[in-house]
Amino acid sequence: MREIKLFLGPQHPGMHGNTSVHMYVEGDIIKKSYLLPGMLHRGFEKGMEQRTWINNIALIPRICVVEPDINEMVFAMGVETLAGIEVPERAHYIRMIILELARISIHLMAYGGIGGPTGHYTLMYHAQADRNRILEIFEKITGHRIYHQYIVPGGVRKDLPVGIEDEINEFLDDLASRYLEIRDLGIENPTIRKRLVDHILLPSEVVWELGVTGVGMRSATNKPYDLRKVLPYARYDQIDFEVPMADYSDAECRVDLKLQEVVQCIGIIKQCLAKMPEGPVRAKMDGNALKFRVPKGQVYAAVESSRGEFGYYIVSDGGTKPYRVAVRGASFPQGLLGVEKYLPGTRLDDAALWFDTMGVCSPEIDR
Amino acid sequence: MKKVYSVFKPLRHLKYLLKKPITKDFKDIFDNPREVADNYRGFHVNDWEECIGCSTCGEICPTEAITMVERSELEDKDGSLQLRPTIDYGRCCFCALCVDVCTTSSLKMSKEYLYNDPDPDSFYFMPTDTFNGKEVKLGYEKDESSDLLDLERVSMEHLSPDERKGSFLEIIKGYSKEQAIHEASRCVECGICTNACPAHMNIPEYITAIWENNFEEALTEIYKTNPLPAVCGRICTHNCETACALTQRGDAVAIRWLKRYIVDNAPKDIYDSVILEQVSKEVNGKVAIIGAGPSGLAAAYYLRTIGYNVEIFEQMPLAGGVMRYGIPKYRLPDEAIDQDISFIEKIGVKINLNTKVTDTMLADFNKNYDAVFTGSGFFAGRKIPMPGHDHKDCIAAMDFLPLGRDYGRGTVKELDVHENVVIIGGGNVAFDVARTVVRYQNEKFGKSNVMMAALESEDALPADLEEVVEGREEGVKYHFGMGPQEIVIKNNKIKGLKVKKVISIFDTEGNFNPSFEENSEQLLEATQVFMAIGQSPDYSYLSDENQNKMNINRGKIEVKENGQVKGIDWLFAGGDIVKGPDVISGVANGHNAAIGIDEYLSKKNK
Ligand code: SF4
Ligand code: SF4
Ligand code: SF4
Repeated sequence: MREIKLFLGPQHPGMHGNTSVHMYVEGDIIKKSYLLPGMLHRGFEKGMEQRTWINNIALIPRICVVEPDINEMVFAMGVETLAGIEVPERAHYIRMIILELARISIHLMAYGGIGGPTGHYTLMYHAQADRNRILEIFEKITGHRIYHQYIVPGGVRKDLPVGIEDEINEFLDDLASRYLEIRDLGIENPTIRKRLVDHILLPSEVVWELGVTGVGMRSATNKPYDLRKVLPYARYDQIDFEVPMADYSDAECRVDLKLQEVVQCIGIIKQCLAKMPEGPVRAKMDGNALKFRVPKGQVYAAVESSRGEFGYYIVSDGGTKPYRVAVRGASFPQGLLGVEKYLPGTRLDDAALWFDTMGVCSPEIDR
Repeated sequence: MKKVYSVFKPLRHLKYLLKKPITKDFKDIFDNPREVADNYRGFHVNDWEECIGCSTCGEICPTEAITMVERSELEDKDGSLQLRPTIDYGRCCFCALCVDVCTTSSLKMSKEYLYNDPDPDSFYFMPTDTFNGKEVKLGYEKDESSDLLDLERVSMEHLSPDERKGSFLEIIKGYSKEQAIHEASRCVECGICTNACPAHMNIPEYITAIWENNFEEALTEIYKTNPLPAVCGRICTHNCETACALTQRGDAVAIRWLKRYIVDNAPKDIYDSVILEQVSKEVNGKVAIIGAGPSGLAAAYYLRTIGYNVEIFEQMPLAGGVMRYGIPKYRLPDEAIDQDISFIEKIGVKINLNTKVTDTMLADFNKNYDAVFTGSGFFAGRKIPMPGHDHKDCIAAMDFLPLGRDYGRGTVKELDVHENVVIIGGGNVAFDVARTVVRYQNEKFGKSNVMMAALESEDALPADLEEVVEGREEGVKYHFGMGPQEIVIKNNKIKGLKVKKVISIFDTEGNFNPSFEENSEQLLEATQVFMAIGQSPDYSYLSDENQNKMNINRGKIEVKENGQVKGIDWLFAGGDIVKGPDVISGVANGHNAAIGIDEYLSKKNK
């Protein structure tokens, strides 16, 4: 049979972000594939070296469009460790609320994302509609819908607006009440199930080989490796939640785990809202922001993103700008190497599902 | 496990038919846009009345979207620049860091987020308090936690009132390295202070050098415009701090103390190399300078750095003029003056002490030197001619302060100070007298009784606020807003000062014409009265012929822009006899005249 070369992305509705996959197919089976990053290359890491610590707040959220807050969080955590800044208690809780809302929003988006390649657009619209409500909450809290620039070294930029707690609670209750319905729309739908169950497997050997973390790892290995539990940041150690896991990772399992995580997120946010103390939300720093210097040193800060371990390795030479920042994009292993080694063998029409359920976010690979 | 599916299940989605759609009709996007959140970061608005053109917003902008544009129609005044930010919305990412750092809070964001135009240049505009000419709702504004400035000054260690009122020890202790760097890190480098400083010192440059812990750079920047930093770092009237951008919402950067930090702490070898580096090769030309006060020393220093041969003639036994004989020791110790002068001497300026210039000497100077600069100062005391002012216990401030200084340095053992004293005046000099007397009384009598009376009310006093505060802490009793009427004398002894409550100082035409409340007379009981109502010049060294050639207006000599005395080409003047009122203005005059003299001599020698 003739081998044909096809491109998935950078402009493709089934592609997750502006990156390109080159695929060689025989029939409808992918025989060979590789990722061609560079479509989005904005030189984030290099760009960070040229900006003051404070100015980086405007740049870094762009490293993951759908879940920008993790960038702000790891950057802030790194700077705080190096500079010895004590974050006010209230800010820790606000940060967790933001991070968990973001996690719900990206899980919903990924869930809706399987609607496209499976031909069930209702699912996508419903998921986006719910995500939109989260964006509205973000808009009220941070002033922006997507790039929030809200979690900053020292705490968060501003306190929560009055009354937002009720709105968040109301949204969470509504979402929880429709949980089964949302499942019905997608993962319980017999036609979608046919596309997910026993498809796109991620064996545990591959997890260990590539260094996959997050849902991918937890679904394949039955290990509760979640940074919020194993290396708690913010105040996750004071919150009750479970880490969903499984020992057989097909596409269905990974989607299911994400939905289960949404339920956990709802619980976490509710606990945060209840436990959050009053008080300041940002530590006072000496000097103005233009002259903010971070003491010489190096640090690795990481959080559990929706796709796994997401971290910054930051080196400061004591100046007003970072000397070097390296980003560990959570989807880097599966997104770059995984595409080359494990996308082949998949059916062509499952390629978009492969990206969706593996959790690939291209800017964090292409940074 | 096999799932069972009901055919009716999809029907529950019918309920969504009754829900309001969350999507918007395309045409509604522009005609009827969604109202955004209260905290929304939309297009900027900037209140031009409040904005001071400090460019801090432009400094922080991560996308370099902000350019400062000159607007000459704005008023040119201390504390603001004639600039306003212009934003390129092709670059702006709406991060609002500019809003968070704005020194005045004039810059905010609106709820506007829609704008389209085929002309790309129209995306580059100056925010005003409206958007596209229409009133807009405010969106994102900074609050206490998002503020990116540090508005609180690093506090300075002071002697306590009890410690200081019984001694002449210096009150201010000076910043440590950590404190200085912290204080320097508050500066936004806008340069508004430079404009307000009479000598236009390169303030942001030397503050940044402190922040970088670079003494060499800091000293170099300072000496470009001021050769008396140890003095000015202590007693400057700091117009810069009054103008500082941070005063808009917080404490000014402690510019004066930072300057002092540099000169107090710079290692001697760096100091030496910086000072000596500034001196050019000798040029042909000799300049005589009358008076080793601030303007004379500054003129001498800059002339010498250009390469001229400079000689100063000073009537007192120590150089420094008002710094040495006017300002009290607790504000300005001799060591600070010595430090500045020693560097001026080090580069080759010759100072002849105990040499009072006379009119015949000045005639000789004209022959033997290429130019003469005079900064002879306002050194003679003045008194208000009120009843009793000629009593021997009514003393003019300038007749007392030099003795007070000499007492502080130990060359005079006793001062003629009574136990109950009243001082007339509300300026810094009046406070100098009052606080010197308090110290002396405490040393001699173990207690003090000093009163001050002035026409101005306390909030309108010409003196610095810190003088008023510290004077009160040291026990000076204030009778401000009280106009002195008469020094009451009985049996040839002063009984006290009669004062009346002031209604107004100026009449409706704005002329000085104080009016007093009837029946408000009060006697401030004291046996000694000091008058600190201004000083006057001594022009005995100017012959009648010379005086006729020049214009002297209310004691001040008229000069051209370059410091040249109008009517006498070879004579330049500066300091209190030209303008005043403070040391830094003298320094500025001296520097200016040095440049003027250089130009004059370059032309003459051509
Ligand atoms: S909002 Fe941000 S990008 Fe826009 S002008 Fe202000 S600082 Fe610059
Ligand atoms: S920071 Fe504020 S005050 Fe300064 S120029 Fe910008 S808008 Fe004006
Ligand atoms: S000292 Fe004040 S006015 Fe001067 S540059 Fe710094 S912030 Fe601006």
